[in-house]
Amino acid sequence: MATDVLMGFDEALERYEPVLGFEVHVELSTATKMFSSAPNPAAAGAESAQPNTMVAPVDMGLPGALPVVNAQAVRYSISLGLALGCSIAPSSRFARKNYFYPDLGKNYQISQFDEPIAFEGSVEVELEDGSQLTVPIERAHMEEDAGKLTHVGGATGRIQGADHSLVDYNRAGVPLVEIVTKPIYGAEHRAPEIAKAYVATIRDIVRSLGISEARMERGNLRCDANVSLRPRGQQALGTRTETKNVNSLRSVERAVRYEIQRQAAILAAGGSITQETRHWHEDTGTTSAGRPKSDADDYRYFPEPDLLPVRPAPELIEELRAALPESPAVFRRRLQADYGFSDSEFRDIVNAGVLAELQETIAEGAAPAQARKWWLGEILRIANARGVDAGSLVSPLHVSELIALTENGDLTDRLARQVLEHVVAGEGSPEHVVAARGLKVVSDDTALIAAIDAALAGQPDVLQKIRDGKVQAAGAVIGAVMKAMRGQADAARVRELVLERASA
Amino acid sequence: MPDAPAVITVADVQHLAGLSRIALSAEEVEHLAGELTQIVESVRRVQQVVTPDVPATSHPLPLEGAPRPDVVGLVLTQEQVLSGAPAARDGRFVVPAILGEEQ
Repeated sequence: MATDVLMGFDEALERYEPVLGFEVHVELSTATKMFSSAPNPAAAGAESAQPNTMVAPVDMGLPGALPVVNAQAVRYSISLGLALGCSIAPSSRFARKNYFYPDLGKNYQISQFDEPIAFEGSVEVELEDGSQLTVPIERAHMEEDAGKLTHVGGATGRIQGADHSLVDYNRAGVPLVEIVTKPIYGAEHRAPEIAKAYVATIRDIVRSLGISEARMERGNLRCDANVSLRPRGQQALGTRTETKNVNSLRSVERAVRYEIQRQAAILAAGGSITQETRHWHEDTGTTSAGRPKSDADDYRYFPEPDLLPVRPAPELIEELRAALPESPAVFRRRLQADYGFSDSEFRDIVNAGVLAELQETIAEGAAPAQARKWWLGEILRIANARGVDAGSLVSPLHVSELIALTENGDLTDRLARQVLEHVVAGEGSPEHVVAARGLKVVSDDTALIAAIDAALAGQPDVLQKIRDGKVQAAGAVIGAVMKAMRGQADAARVRELVLERASA
Repeated sequence: MPDAPAVITVADVQHLAGLSRIALSAEEVEHLAGELTQIVESVRRVQQVVTPDVPATSHPLPLEGAPRPDVVGLVLTQEQVLSGAPAARDGRFVVPAILGEEQ
């Protein structure tokens, strides 16, 4: 892969104004698919399934199979549209987007084109310093997801070099809402941060609505980031690129920064930007050219003849509007008060992107301070070291379990960190890891006393010192005992017992 | 532009045939261009008599969709799904490598 020439970020911003735009795809967590009654792999709590076992004839595009709209998916879409401040269309319709690619068996995707269900809204995005920015929303429309292709034969699993592909249609037909922003001006040097904050806000909104699992690493929430630059003082927009499928908040930020620097270098050298899709590579932190705009983008949209228009009753819209949860910003302020965090403590949590995880951990029974300590401490450390989002490493349930194990004395902090490493490595729940690896604190006094007696017998001089009242000498014995217990003992309890045995 | 003459050119037909993965001979392209021009021309004439107070419609009847409750129903087995596949492996369809990318 050719290495792109990059211009320094500050210099790029001095010479050019970045204009952003985002398309975020949200997989809805309904029980069934958009147009068929097959189970939805993106449903709340769905387990991973064998390939091609969550498929109905409609999802395969079998002849004669007819789509029927999922009422719940429509409700979820309306709720999302309302939460984005959009108007809900009294009548919207589906359209066929025609293309040939084996990720859909029908050779078209059912989407919405000229009559989306929701349009013209805006979202308040909170930036790291607490300031607010309004992102204008163009539309939110309903569509179906496509199947999953695995490219075989290429060295890297990427498309280039593959000699054939394998297709799993489980994801085909999963209900999606695609949220499209209008061009975002005035982002300036905060463009990468705004990109991340916008996607995080959408994630928070869909989570608070309870309409999507919203796990980016599982593809429940996918972002395509559009970036263009225009020279300072120029009115016309520059040519944009669309970076596809950026699958973590951190990557959204990095991808936007990269595209600004790459495009600036090309423009400054007198070149021009090709309008194309680009692929984000998580491993190298770069984008590479995908497909240029071409004939293949002639999707020949036309109204879907198999489906009638969606005309939600005004009463339904009002019912859903009344049931909307408070906005993420209001909700955060309430949470902060409930949890008793200071402004800066709370902002650290939000900026680390672990608020939802923290909240679920607390809901599972952990104390707020403990939950904060783990998510901003050890878990974030591992996440940063690996360059992934903290939420993808471990579930809130497991973190609360880990905290409970430390609180009831089964684990010391040191042991708990070890257990966490194993949980992150996929060895199961903390309780399971503790049992399987025998990592529990030895709280059985008999075992401790045996180790203490052995240690005291081995260090008669120390024993004498303790008996002479030099209590600090006990440290050597405690150390020996902790070593004998492979660290799996509570040092305070060992100390108590050492003093007790020494004076016995 | 309802008053512009409607012409489907040979190039239009070739473009559409390419998008639709349909192989057409030169005679067929010629023939279809003529036929499609006639169809589009007929529609154009209908459009000429439409007054602005007639709303556009994609369905002839003012119906709305009857949605389906979100309840799991018919699911095919993996065996059924793959029963028509020319080639399958690991529970999945085998397809030629496509030098495009996901849409």
